[in-house]
Amino acid sequence: MPVQAHIKEHPVYFHRFDVLWTPTALILDSSGIERYRSEGYLPNLEFRAQLEIGLARIAFMHKQWPEAERRYTAVAEKYPNTSAAPEAIYWSGVSRYKATNDHTALGAVADKFKERYQSSVWALKASIWSH
Amino acid sequence: MAVKWNKDVDAALAEAKARNKPLLIDFSAAPA
Repeated sequence: MPVQAHIKEHPVYFHRFDVLWTPTALILDSSGIERYRSEGYLPNLEFRAQLEIGLARIAFMHKQWPEAERRYTAVAEKYPNTSAAPEAIYWSGVSRYKATNDHTALGAVADKFKERYQSSVWALKASIWSH
Repeated sequence: MAVKWNKDVDAALAEAKARNKPLLIDFSAAPA
């Protein structure tokens, strides 16, 4: 459900959600809890990928591990050339680990980063799982 | 497909809760 808040029309919303810069996009879950925040302009494809990361984040924070893994995997596959892709790979692996308690899921993530996105911060975060 | 933007956060929050849907809030300062 999309809501638009303009600083001149709805300054109270900016204060309420601690928005100090535009554009900012927030994704809230159905309880109204903020689950994802994007600050600053992004090109269309990057922005769409970030929105889908936000939806995956909702599933993750609700401990819906298979749904979170499915959504993160979809982001990595649909938007492989965006900055969201390595983040999605990381959290997809974490979601699988959470669902299965199988630590090899984390090693598999580290292995993926040996093939691509080596310079991303997500590869660094996964490097501790490398064998 | 055109996006139908809501302007009332509280109404949208209530609807999101009733329909168990997430909410996107786009904060802008762009000229109309």
